[in-house]
Amino acid sequence: MTGGNSEQHIVGYGKLTTVWLGLLALTALTVWVARHNVGISHVWGSLAIAVTKGGLVIAFFMHMKYEGRLLRWLLFFALAVLAIFIGLTFFDVLYR
Amino acid sequence: MSGPLHKDYVGAKLGMWLFLFTELLLFGGLFLLYGAYLARYPQEFGAGGKEMHLGFGTLNTVILITSSLLAAMAVTAIQRDERHRVIGLLGGTVLCAAVFLFNKYLEWSAEIGSGIYPGSPRVVTGPPGESVFYSLYYLTVGLHGLHVLIGGAFLTLVAVRVQRRTIHAGNYVLLENCALYWHLVDLIWIFIFPLYYLIL
Repeated sequence: MTGGNSEQHIVGYGKLTTVWLGLLALTALTVWVARHNVGISHVWGSLAIAVTKGGLVIAFFMHMKYEGRLLRWLLFFALAVLAIFIGLTFFDVLYR
Repeated sequence: MSGPLHKDYVGAKLGMWLFLFTELLLFGGLFLLYGAYLARYPQEFGAGGKEMHLGFGTLNTVILITSSLLAAMAVTAIQRDERHRVIGLLGGTVLCAAVFLFNKYLEWSAEIGSGIYPGSPRVVTGPPGESVFYSLYYLTVGLHGLHVLIGGAFLTLVAVRVQRRTIHAGNYVLLENCALYWHLVDLIWIFIFPLYYLIL
């Protein structure tokens, strides 16, 4: 983060539209995967697709790809806290 | 506006992100509950999932993704000082929000009509896992719907202020922060969609 307002990164309409098409394609893929019962992997497959879509939204629509270190680390920290909450809870829930 | 005004662009955006992290943890907690109860009642959650309307879920996913695109484009447009385009794009975003909520109304009406709501005779006499599923469904999706309503209201306010030229290419952090909030609403739906409509 450089601190100034002067150097804003402008994400072009073309790039945003490309990301949107990618999100639509992933939505179609995730519905297809769910309808065609690919087996046990479809839970993890659906979640992996959701994580990919979320990553695209955060990186491009929310400009995180163009942000400085502070925001990136804070995001990493928040997601790490969430992952620890969920991970440790499942260590308990799944192995009782 | 006369006289120098204190502006802290970086601080304003940092504050918004910190707020968004608390929102992530809020919905993360609901997803955690979902996961823990799914592990405990897999059959009942499966039966509940069969009652969900995949068509509405998919349609609303497409609507929210599109609205997110329009909000992101509005930020680009204000940076390029294209005022009329900003207002058009924000109008499109708010329209998507309204259509999303209308679909939600139809979907919930259908579900409530078939006797599925917290405390309904069908849910109360059914297996306990199913009532947990429906309670979590209404809580999570309802809280998300509330966020759609709030986000839509804020984006409308921003559009009015762009119209009045109090938000412009030199000062648009409010637009950017409201767009961030809107993307978060989209982001959360991206996870609600597979959890409630697809994997069960």
